[in-house]
Amino acid sequence: MIEIRIHGRGGQGNVTLAELIAMAAFYNGKQVQAFPVFGVERKGSPVTAFVKINDKFIRSREQVYEPDYIIVLDPSLVAIANVLNGAKKSTIVIINSDKLPDQVCPGYGGKIYCVPVLKIALEIIGKPIINTAILGAFARISGLIELEAAKNAISEHLGEKYDKEIIEKNIKALVAAYDYVK
Amino acid sequence: MNTKKQIVEGSHAVAEIMKNLRPAVVAAYPITPQTHIVEDLAKMKDNGEADFEFINAESEFSAASMVLGASATGVRTYTATSSQGLLLMTEVLFNIAGMRLPVVVTCANRAISSPINIWNDQQDSVTIRDAGWLQLYAETNQEAVDLHILAYKLAESLMLPVMVNMDGFVLTHTFESVEIPEVSLIKKFLPDYLAPKDSTLDTANSRSLGTFATPERYLEIRQELFEDVAAAKKEIVRQNSEFKKVFGRGIGNGLIEEYKTKDADIILVAMGSVCGTIKEVIDQLRTKGKKVGLLKIISFRPFPDVEIVKALSKVKYVAVVDKAISIGTEGILATEIKRACYGQLKAQISSFVVGLGGRDITEKMISDIVDLAKVKTGKIGFVGR
Repeated sequence: MIEIRIHGRGGQGNVTLAELIAMAAFYNGKQVQAFPVFGVERKGSPVTAFVKINDKFIRSREQVYEPDYIIVLDPSLVAIANVLNGAKKSTIVIINSDKLPDQVCPGYGGKIYCVPVLKIALEIIGKPIINTAILGAFARISGLIELEAAKNAISEHLGEKYDKEIIEKNIKALVAAYDYVK
Repeated sequence: MNTKKQIVEGSHAVAEIMKNLRPAVVAAYPITPQTHIVEDLAKMKDNGEADFEFINAESEFSAASMVLGASATGVRTYTATSSQGLLLMTEVLFNIAGMRLPVVVTCANRAISSPINIWNDQQDSVTIRDAGWLQLYAETNQEAVDLHILAYKLAESLMLPVMVNMDGFVLTHTFESVEIPEVSLIKKFLPDYLAPKDSTLDTANSRSLGTFATPERYLEIRQELFEDVAAAKKEIVRQNSEFKKVFGRGIGNGLIEEYKTKDADIILVAMGSVCGTIKEVIDQLRTKGKKVGLLKIISFRPFPDVEIVKALSKVKYVAVVDKAISIGTEGILATEIKRACYGQLKAQISSFVVGLGGRDITEKMISDIVDLAKVKTGKIGFVGR
């Protein structure tokens, strides 16, 4: 089983990101379980969400304590939200940042990818909506979901709420972040 | 099959199945964590996907009163709530059962104040176990969907109200694969509701429901309700096997589900989503040679005494895992299990309380309970870490 923990702030769309990862993995034939941990919800407060991906139906409802992937939507959370808690040697951390890993997590010995998804989102979407871009980075880095599945998840899940133009921009941001990660 | 699996939020899955179950009246008051269910139903009404009357009530007391009244006119009704909302409905819930109205309510289980807490446990529904409602508990979102279909079938065939319980957040806010049956398939199991003749409110032929009963009559009326709820066990088993034929899946025998109990020397008893975590831990412990099983209670009311005794008859230790307590005694399900097994089992039965107010129930807590259950302490085990 693969376990993912997502850290963001209320309003950043990290619950939506968890859903998108789950849907994309499901399109690729996996069983998934995605759920948020709600604190007292308000814009700006730290919010955590989990995704589990497995070949079989996931029965356990336990939260994720030793994630295989940690995704951080707001780099300022590194200092205040213990985002690296439970990280294993093999854990891969993906952070929204245009800095170098050592600058964002000084002294951390594990694998970190810093991806400037905010910059990508501002350029393509024109708004600081970064969850679709970081989905692209996650798809490329993890290899767990195919780009096409991620695109479908965005169209399927966000298609009801947003118009075509917004969906297309989000898919463009997804692809840009996917391509950014070599 | 004219349905397919999809990844949806538990609340949305319930809203979708409710749309397909076609109630005539939905009345509700939003409360966390039930909110997404009624929001989705309101949206469906607004965009023309559903044609039920949707009433955004000013309180849960009103919402329950509205479905009582609507049901009394002979139509299918629905409401959903949680926690304080369910408690505020309590007076009306007793009336609905006493009037033999086939109302279905979803309880998105949540802790009770004070202190105020929006997260999951099962204190709300378990507290009103004596209201005369059938109470069913879902382990997964698929089960939540399926239990709603079954609930209407039972309600309308027995003329008894049914509460479908799903753990707040743990199920309501979780995305996982769910298959939501289409109307055409549902109709093969659940026909349109036709109220029994001469039992409904009708301006052309006026009558009163739920009226006065003197000491000469009240006891027999209550006894009749008691006997009908107890007898509902048979109908649950029967309809559950009919359900399996139509939908190709079903939960246990409708009353209980046994998981690896046959050779077990310790059996955990629980209800709701924690059963999934317990099954996972059982598989892990069995690779280490520990013979552990699970008895999942699906129907808390009526309580399947006979089936429980049979399932636990050979075991040495029973650990009842509760998400609700009766302050001053022990876990509520634990008391129920002991009562059902009184004089019939030699097993040592222990009460454990977990997950109150949304505390995460870890796999370690479950395996700790398996160890703790073999020690006779005479105390309730509050397992919080």
